[in-house]
Amino acid sequence: MRVSVDPDRCCSSGQCVMAVPEVFDQSEDDGVVLLIQARPPAELQSAVRTAAGICPGRAISVQE
Amino acid sequence: MTTVEPIDAINYPAARGGCPFAPPPAYQEALEQRPVTPVSLWDGSRAWLVTRHEDVRSVMGDRRFSADARHPGFPFLSDGRRELAAQNPSFIRMDDPEHARFRRMLTGDFIIKRVEALRPEIQRIVDDFLDRMTAHHPPADLVAEFALPVPSLVICRLLGVPYQDHDYFQERSRILLHNHSTTEQVRQARDELALYVMELADRKEWEPDDRIISRLVARGDLTREQVATMSLLLLVAGHETTANMTALSTLALLRDPVQLARLREDPTLIKGAVEEMLRFLSIVQTGTVRVAVETAEIGGTTIEPGEGVVCMLSTANRDGAVFAAPDELDLGRDARRHVAFGFGVHQCLGQPLARLELQIALETLIRRLPELRLAVPVEELRFRTDTVVYGVEELPVAW
Ligand code: HEM
Repeated sequence: MRVSVDPDRCCSSGQCVMAVPEVFDQSEDDGVVLLIQARPPAELQSAVRTAAGICPGRAISVQE
Repeated sequence: MTTVEPIDAINYPAARGGCPFAPPPAYQEALEQRPVTPVSLWDGSRAWLVTRHEDVRSVMGDRRFSADARHPGFPFLSDGRRELAAQNPSFIRMDDPEHARFRRMLTGDFIIKRVEALRPEIQRIVDDFLDRMTAHHPPADLVAEFALPVPSLVICRLLGVPYQDHDYFQERSRILLHNHSTTEQVRQARDELALYVMELADRKEWEPDDRIISRLVARGDLTREQVATMSLLLLVAGHETTANMTALSTLALLRDPVQLARLREDPTLIKGAVEEMLRFLSIVQTGTVRVAVETAEIGGTTIEPGEGVVCMLSTANRDGAVFAAPDELDLGRDARRHVAFGFGVHQCLGQPLARLELQIALETLIRRLPELRLAVPVEELRFRTDTVVYGVEELPVAW
């Protein structure tokens, strides 16, 4: 799995950070998404899919 | 698309039915029979009611639908709300890029880490109000003694607003959110609130602190009116919503002993339980409103520029295509796809704070008061049906 984020679409809802803190973080200044790892291990992949599905800005893309 | 049966527009807002937690039957029927339905507003004007989860997310995530009430055709809930939108709109009524500019001045305050750091303080506030409530003999009104003061004190601290003034702005924010407030009432309440915050902002110039209002003032790139509008949005949105969620969630738990027992046995369910309550109760009962600025097709219906759209969050959150057995409260389900906080660029800015407050308030309440119960028959409760945010007026409890 390969994850990418689009900071311009990010609304800083924080839902990705709640879903998978191992993969997503937020900038301290404006809460915009930071990607910690673009190739999450198998055990995190389902949570990453959930995060992409609930992101209000559709800022997370997942390539399987 | 299949042929459309000519049907009468349903009234918006529609009346609720027998179950205090369920959306109005007319909206539920629309979800099942005609998910994009014409509705008739208070002044006879028309708008589209969008009821399905997928369609609500489409509208809210699509720039062809504007949140800017200055566009012709924007659907207003009342004359009062039209008045509110006409002048100095806050960023909840703007589109990007204007909206993003203001919102991003505040997003840093609501990142998960920073909100999580408030946990000990919020826990203290929750314990403190609960101590006070239980210091006297039951019954107590859970709304006035617990559900309202907790988020009110929290948002006052974050903004740097003196909590002793809470009666003043609570009274006025109620007027702003009530469907039957007259234009004059709304104008007066809004002007008084704006003046209150502007005076506060002036004081912060001389006595700065590290709270939100003071930092907005210190930026130097905002007018006093802009600081006041942003602060008021936070102040109003920050306590009415969480307060009503706390009281209504408590009622829902008291009415469902199986779910309450489940949560008591396994307090680690609390995070998911709060998501499920947000879904099940969907307290923003008016839904969210937009106006089309370009032609768009939603769920097979063509919506033309200048036509208003009401996204019904409560029906989207009970859409069987997304949530199995949607009318059941199931604290163990994964409800995170709910749209109780909206969707798209306007999705609730305060959601991490609301979640934390609800988790702490509900967990503490049921842990500390194992005998918590309603002190009046449920039939005697009065529900807040004519406001933007649904809730219960008073919740008399014993313990
Ligand atoms: C359970 C509690 C809450 C619920 C159900 C809720 C719900 C919502 C919804 C549905 C919207 C979207 C409105 C739209 O798209 O037109 C929204 C926006 C907003 N909420 Fe909340 N809210 C809650 C708590 C809070 C709190 C605690 C705060 C402040 C600290 C807050 C501040 C805001 C702000 C500033 C916006 C506008 C965001 C924007 O336009 O970008 N809310 N809320």
